[in-house]
Amino acid sequence: MFQSLGKYILLLRLSFKKPEKFSVYWAEVMREMVSVGIGSLGIISIISVFIGAATTIQVAFQLSSPLVPRSIAGSISRDSNILEFSPTISSLVLAGRVGSNFASNIGTMRVTEQIDALEIMGVNAPGYLISPKILASITMVPLLVIISICLGITGGYIACLVTGSITPADYLMGVNDGFDGLTIRVALVKAFVFGFLIASICSYQGFYTSGGALEVGQSATRGVVFSCVWILFADLMITSLML
Amino acid sequence: MIEIKDIFKTFGDNDVLKGISATFQTGKNNLIIGGSGSGKTTLLKCIVGLHEPTKGQVFFEDENFTEMDFEQRVPIRTQIGMLFQNSALFDSMTVEENIMFPLNLFTNQSKAEKQDRANFCLERVNLKDKNKLYPAELSGGMKKRVGIARAISMEPKFLFVDEPNSGLDPKTSILIDDLINDLTTEYQMTTVIVTHDMNSVMGIGDHIIFLHQGQKWWEGSNKDIAHTDNKELNDFVFASKFMQAAKEKL
Repeated sequence: MFQSLGKYILLLRLSFKKPEKFSVYWAEVMREMVSVGIGSLGIISIISVFIGAATTIQVAFQLSSPLVPRSIAGSISRDSNILEFSPTISSLVLAGRVGSNFASNIGTMRVTEQIDALEIMGVNAPGYLISPKILASITMVPLLVIISICLGITGGYIACLVTGSITPADYLMGVNDGFDGLTIRVALVKAFVFGFLIASICSYQGFYTSGGALEVGQSATRGVVFSCVWILFADLMITSLML
Repeated sequence: MIEIKDIFKTFGDNDVLKGISATFQTGKNNLIIGGSGSGKTTLLKCIVGLHEPTKGQVFFEDENFTEMDFEQRVPIRTQIGMLFQNSALFDSMTVEENIMFPLNLFTNQSKAEKQDRANFCLERVNLKDKNKLYPAELSGGMKKRVGIARAISMEPKFLFVDEPNSGLDPKTSILIDDLINDLTTEYQMTTVIVTHDMNSVMGIGDHIIFLHQGQKWWEGSNKDIAHTDNKELNDFVFASKFMQAAKEKL
């Protein structure tokens, strides 16, 4: 385990060495940003709306006491979305979608000697392949999480309109009531850290692939599993430190 | 000129290379031949720095490549072109982008200049007008030729070729061999080719080293190979009935 951690740290150090030519790396960062951001927008939108709606219905169901104001369901749904569902669930989904893509992409390049070709040319392969992915992830995952939060709250509103579990007016009152900006800061810190973990862990798994197609698949699976575990661990740490 | 001195390479308990020394001359096709597992590709990877030798040194024009770190190696690496066994073209890039990739990173040429160079390299390997195709759309022989075009895009002094004929039909193999031979002469490159293809050995083997069990077993040219009394080399080169018959006619 310590050997793997050492290799991971050394790979990250190599990844952030000075680029051979900034413009070429910048083009890669942009390409990865489009792939991570635009490419994941659909799935993030769908899960955010559904999770927001389901959360609102469940909270409204559990707080059916006449002693509790109905609008509280909106507040709880909002904070759950901001603090947990949008950053964590979205990142777990992104680990599957983006992380497996990173690991298999780099793994395939390794087993087909494309990484050797880069090194022969004098290109710092970890820098060229991994740093754009990390930069794209730490910028696009927070943006996706902000979109996810908005859509989650919208999903809750739609659920109120459709099911009538609470009135839309009560829901909106609850969403606006007692909002604390710290929750957004916590969500963004989580998104930044999760983005880094997804890109770096999956790239690491891909970079040290050896063998053939079977091993590429195994690397992608390991990348996703390790990313998910570390996302949950980091979630706990950030939550306990910031709240 | 490339000189290797006393190269050893060990993986765990497995001694793959056991003290190989050789000199690869400029303007010649230097072939490394040997059976499967003899250490040919490992030796090639030690020379180009993809593997670090356990012991021994590699000199590119008297510069000790083995003792250099990554940054110090970059100026030499920009003078190296390599054709990999499976071509190793970048899947996400078109043919033209593959050829322009090293130019983008290591030169300050304008886009038009880089495109001109890519077109020239493609024309040189008889693949004019294939600029916009992706590697997945090319045949095995075309991939090899694009690999050669990419390798020569920076006008290298040193060309390394790993199994240029693997997976190719005999006619295409000869075309690739002729192309490598022509480019070596034209650009006066030091070309090192790992192969076990006997057509290549006989056709373009200006200088040949034969590896057996991780050691240099024989050294000479394609003219010498038919007259050698080295048993292991004879067993390797004249393994087929066709080659035996050809030897008897020599």
